[in-house]
Amino acid sequence: MIGQSRRDRLIAFFMLLPSLILLGIFVYGFIGSTLATSLTDSSAMQRLVGTPANNVGLKNYNDLFTGLLDSRFRTDVVNTVFFTAMFIGVCLAIGMLLAILLDQKIRGEAVFRTIFLFPMALSFVVTGVVWKWLFNPDAGINVLPTVVGLPKGTFRWFISEDQWLQFNWQDLPVIVVYVVLAIVLIWALLRWSRTRGTAPALVAAGTILVSLYLTLGNASALRFPNYEVKGFNVALIAIVVAAGWQMVGYTMAMYLAGLRGISEELREAARVDGCTEFGVYRYVVFPLLAPITLSAMIILGHISLKIFDLVYVMGGGDNLYIDMPGLNMFFETFRGQQFGRGAAIAMVMLIMVAVVIIPYLVSSLRSQEKNA
Amino acid sequence: MTTASRPALQQRSMSLSRFVIYGLLILFAAIFLIPVYMVLMTGFKNPAEVSISTMWQFPSSFSLESYGQALQVLAPGLTNSFLLVIPATILSSVLGSLNGYVLSKWRFPGANILFPLMLFGMFIPYQAILIPLVQFLSSIGLYDSLPGLILVHVVYGLPITTLVFRNYYAEVPNEMLEAGAIDGCGFFGLYWHVVLPLSLPGFVVVIIWQFTQIWNEFLFGVTVAQGTPTVTVALQNLSGSQIVQWNVQMAAALLAALPTLVVYILLGRYFIRGLLAGSVKG
Repeated sequence: MIGQSRRDRLIAFFMLLPSLILLGIFVYGFIGSTLATSLTDSSAMQRLVGTPANNVGLKNYNDLFTGLLDSRFRTDVVNTVFFTAMFIGVCLAIGMLLAILLDQKIRGEAVFRTIFLFPMALSFVVTGVVWKWLFNPDAGINVLPTVVGLPKGTFRWFISEDQWLQFNWQDLPVIVVYVVLAIVLIWALLRWSRTRGTAPALVAAGTILVSLYLTLGNASALRFPNYEVKGFNVALIAIVVAAGWQMVGYTMAMYLAGLRGISEELREAARVDGCTEFGVYRYVVFPLLAPITLSAMIILGHISLKIFDLVYVMGGGDNLYIDMPGLNMFFETFRGQQFGRGAAIAMVMLIMVAVVIIPYLVSSLRSQEKNA
Repeated sequence: MTTASRPALQQRSMSLSRFVIYGLLILFAAIFLIPVYMVLMTGFKNPAEVSISTMWQFPSSFSLESYGQALQVLAPGLTNSFLLVIPATILSSVLGSLNGYVLSKWRFPGANILFPLMLFGMFIPYQAILIPLVQFLSSIGLYDSLPGLILVHVVYGLPITTLVFRNYYAEVPNEMLEAGAIDGCGFFGLYWHVVLPLSLPGFVVVIIWQFTQIWNEFLFGVTVAQGTPTVTVALQNLSGSQIVQWNVQMAAALLAALPTLVVYILLGRYFIRGLLAGSVKG
């Protein structure tokens, strides 16, 4: 530790203070304010009349998940889940493939790397404008096969209205509860098979009893009030392609940095031990890349949970087949002037991102501490 | 299998796998470049020649007319973006450097809690702060103005710039600062004479990163400064309007992308470093 002088330490702290105050207000103060707004019926009307907003408790949140008129938000949530899963899957799979290919002592590696990474330097708005045209059903990609004499493509891309994997939103709480019960049961059984303890056995028995109780007709209490069909909107594939085009390079760069960190000696040792080239990847490289996969999933996941500009440009909030919470919040707040409801959507988004990011931040800084 | 034929066989399967590797790389490169090809072909065509049936073909004549039209529409946006990006990048980089210096070399009690709290600011969905942000900017008279947008980008840029500089300065040996301290340097002396002269690569990474981020940003631009549209807002307005021809839209997209693309192609190495720093582990 340098600077034993108390005066210098004070100066150091005071140099940091402005940033701390700014972030304190702009991040935490503002989040607190949004939270407060989300518990009221604040709107342009109420502000115009000059009456204070009424405290409505959790009504806005309740409406979002169960209200008859807020089906749009539920569609957004379902869209986000499907989009996030596909986006992460595409980026990880293609990113890793490209990184492994580039790690084979390729001639012209720098050129390939530049090509795969340059979309990262673009704005999502540029990506959106270009891909919106490429996905125009009457132009772009659909016309491409005609260049070599094939028939025109017919997929309607981001304005497709097809829906797969349909389910009833009413049943969602029941589905979630069953999934959680199943996970707990499996965990408890695994635990029990190892330790033969009474605690895991009791947990397992408990989950079985609860699921029996639910299955024997008591599940209806959990269901949401309104019948509502949701599903995977095929139009999202277009957004995944455009977003993937932009972000695959990012995972590729992360994996490539990871691969370069694995020494040739380590791989050689595995070969000496009789590993085939495939075995080297299976037993040496992939396990060493696992932490990178986790980091990439979290970074990509929080990007897709927040996604706004790309979808704004491609759908503009009118096309509900590709709508997302970020857009819904924007239109609710700045077009509809329903500040209370907009704030509630924003808080749900914040919670989704925080659930992913906070554990990551804590663990990644802790491991940094250990290495330091 | 005789021992003599084995290397030959391996050679052949080696060259086959090389073939597959290069084939896949070229295929992916071609797919990645499809949008680039389309944008370039469309933009350089004579507007009279632009039609959907020939959109994938080479232009028969070379014309800059689409770019001329696009530039006319986009010029205010480009100007606003430059006026925004330059001060916002410089301010957030300088503050980030000071913060990083304090957090890496002058650790004080509680720093381990404050730092993650600062970092959290770069991950939040900005929707969660937009409503109070607009109210705040209105109350200090900066709503719908470039200075307001500069302030917003400086503040929300602080976490990443601080993170990059903190990790960068952590590599500077403490002995160097101790030597400076023996020579009688205080907080500012050490920063000015020891830390800052070593900071150039750090500044390059941070400046490139902030430049790219702020140039490309859309949400703040469209909510806080509609009256002084940045380039992304101008591009979206242009592409959302029904009257602008798509050849002009593609030309405008390229113009909007050009500054960050040039930076990436010239200084890609530093760009990637900033990219990887964003995943916290530095």
